[in-house]
Amino acid sequence: MHDGPLDAPRFPGLRRRGFLAAAGGAAGLGALALTGCTGPAGKAADGGGTPRRGGKLRAAFAGGGASETLDPHLASLFVDAARAKALFDKLADFGADLSAEPRLAASWEPNARLDRWTVRLREASFHNGKPVTARDVLYSYRRIADPHKAFRAKASLEPLDLAASRAPDQRTVEFALKRPTAEFPNLLAAFGAYIVPDGAQDFDHAPVGSGPFRFVSFMPGRSALFRRHDAYWDGAPHLDELEFLVANEESARLDSLLGGQVDYAHELTPTTARAHEGRGQIEIVRLRNSAMQSFAMKTDRPPFDDKRVREAFFLLADRKELVDGALSGAGEIGNDLFGKGYEYYADGLPQREPDLDRARHLLKQAGAEGLRVTLDTSAVAAGFTEAAAIFRDQAAKAGVRVKVAMGSKDSYWQDTLDSGSLCCYRSGAMPIESHFSQRLLSASTTNATQWRHKDFDALYQQAQSTNNRQDRAAVYARMQRRLYAEGGFLVWGFADWILGTARTVRGVAHRAPANTLDWARFDKVWLA
Amino acid sequence: MTGLRSWLVRRLLLGVVQTVAVVLLVFALTEALPGDAAVALAGDQPDPGRIAALRETLHLDRPAPVRLGEWAAGLLHADLGTSLTSGRPVASYLAAGFGPTLVLTALTLVLLVPAAGGLGVLAARHEGRLADRLISAVTLAVYAVPEFALGVLLAAVFALRLGWLPPTAVGYGDELLAHPAALVLPVLVLLARPVCSLTRLVRAGMIDALASPYVAQARRYGIPGARIRYAHALPHALGPAAQQLARTVDWLLCGVIVVEALFVIPGLGTVLMNAVTERDIPVLQGLAVVFGGTAVVLNLGADLVTHRFVPRTGEAA
Repeated sequence: MHDGPLDAPRFPGLRRRGFLAAAGGAAGLGALALTGCTGPAGKAADGGGTPRRGGKLRAAFAGGGASETLDPHLASLFVDAARAKALFDKLADFGADLSAEPRLAASWEPNARLDRWTVRLREASFHNGKPVTARDVLYSYRRIADPHKAFRAKASLEPLDLAASRAPDQRTVEFALKRPTAEFPNLLAAFGAYIVPDGAQDFDHAPVGSGPFRFVSFMPGRSALFRRHDAYWDGAPHLDELEFLVANEESARLDSLLGGQVDYAHELTPTTARAHEGRGQIEIVRLRNSAMQSFAMKTDRPPFDDKRVREAFFLLADRKELVDGALSGAGEIGNDLFGKGYEYYADGLPQREPDLDRARHLLKQAGAEGLRVTLDTSAVAAGFTEAAAIFRDQAAKAGVRVKVAMGSKDSYWQDTLDSGSLCCYRSGAMPIESHFSQRLLSASTTNATQWRHKDFDALYQQAQSTNNRQDRAAVYARMQRRLYAEGGFLVWGFADWILGTARTVRGVAHRAPANTLDWARFDKVWLA
Repeated sequence: MTGLRSWLVRRLLLGVVQTVAVVLLVFALTEALPGDAAVALAGDQPDPGRIAALRETLHLDRPAPVRLGEWAAGLLHADLGTSLTSGRPVASYLAAGFGPTLVLTALTLVLLVPAAGGLGVLAARHEGRLADRLISAVTLAVYAVPEFALGVLLAAVFALRLGWLPPTAVGYGDELLAHPAALVLPVLVLLARPVCSLTRLVRAGMIDALASPYVAQARRYGIPGARIRYAHALPHALGPAAQQLARTVDWLLCGVIVVEALFVIPGLGTVLMNAVTERDIPVLQGLAVVFGGTAVVLNLGADLVTHRFVPRTGEAA
């Protein structure tokens, strides 16, 4: 879930495929001010002239080799998610501010206790002509939640009591939940929670979904060809055909775009963006607020079990320098909170600035003068090792000796979950509520800062039991003020997600960080 | 001939032992790497419960020797096992990667042998003169350029700047041969270094032979120059060249990771890279068997060639 794109060199020049920010959608949201975007609004989904029907769009993504699958519940790479989105639908998906928007669900209604939700399905059909029914929904969710399997969305669907959930009629699902869950719609939009036909098991040969494109052919690790689903409930796509091509090297994706072999290249580097932005050869699209960049301090062990030390570290970081250096300027600075620009984000808190004197004073108070600490990093994600080196130098100015330790990129996330005290950390977009539930509650399974506080848990439960949106927002604001003051995430930036498209490609959304509904959404794209 | 036959049998047996050793080593090293397939699959979501469930579904919860034993038992029935990550047969991974690898290898070899042989002979014939110095200088310079840099450079010039050739083979899949233009740059990159090293070996061998007493004797008999060069001197140069050629073919067949990645040609190198990242041990073992077998057969072939042309060194090899 954190870590969207891992594009780390496996060895010089070769980049590793990107894992998807789970749970994620990410909306480029805070990005109303899309500085540096070439013609954003003009090209957004509803701009760029009248859509033209026809043609084949070829999109290059980093892939996962011969192990790739079209099983949407197994999706974990960006290319998996993009293909799943073309073939399948979820009941809901995330908008630009990470709030859930209805998709196959037409509406949802809770009971008074917020622990039973009734979802009405819209009229939609699978590629084989059969209608999408409540049975398909229950089958899909039960498949994901199968205790003998390890599907990625299982954790997100954990609040559901699927044994007690029912389908009173074809287009109604009554979900029973284990506890009040005000943010129930976020579950429906969870990463990988796609609806497949009842009984579907084999997705390698002619998978059937309800998405905007139907299956034509698939060669794992190489290509996938899809064709327009004319009966798509959200309007048939403009494109006749959509082809996903796998090119793991960034230079190969860029070259094939420049050479006219593809029309859309996913995941380009900031250097590439700068070199080609505004040159007229290709269009560069920056999806803002796509990936939170931070250092995670383990709050349950020295030296970070003292909140004065954590605050001192907040004050050591020069965020501008980190964004400019580690992200090559392709991003914006953070304020020690997740989800800038997302729904419920506490944007009223003052922006933290470096303050070395106060940091020294706090360290002295905490008896941590001349502190030495090891910062774990790895080439697992873009900018990690650079960020570690920059922060080491920044901390040195206040007399803190940071030792940077390089770890294995293939096991980095597991290695840093419980060990060490300070590590580089990133996260793809997801609702702020999901960030809390997955990482900041006592029972969270990926609690990278070891933040375990009964009162914080209680606030989360209170929010989940509060139907009124305003009241819930107030609780979330309280939780964020606490994290801002003494949390374990030193959030220094939010990285852009960079795409390139041929000049003929229109309708690519610009406010859609990796994993939101409009990211890699090809049913609204056309070729001029 | 019986001497040769028993030598062959011994070499083949040794080859089997070597391949088994390679497979064991690959297994042990992969086991020793941090993380396993479950950790790799969990990626940035290292939920301990999920990792445990993944281990269970991948049968990684059983001891390593048991897993290795089962895989080896399957191998005796020509079953290379199934991928941990996808559950598909390992053989399908190898088959998918083998096509592009074979195309690249064959094309490279077809051009390599005449090019290196011709250049080597040419340089040897003009030893010390302009052609020789030119060939020697250029081959040394090109040899020093890393393939990655050469690939990027060639693509930038011939594909992007001049627009003569496609920059990559993206999307061509199994139909590489239907797009010969896309193969020009990758094959050029693959040729660059082997041509240089082989040329220099052929040149040195030829010069050596041309200065030898037996060639001087042949000249005294009045044997024509061409016959001396090609029937007597060249074979002498083939011994070391065959060894080098075998290493080149081995390198080509075992996947040329950089070229595959740069030009999007998903051969065995790409399969290998992905399998390592995913800690997909059965696929890695399958590759180890294939690569080990290839190396053994090629080296044996090279030794036979050496044995044929330069009998003195044959037994020693």
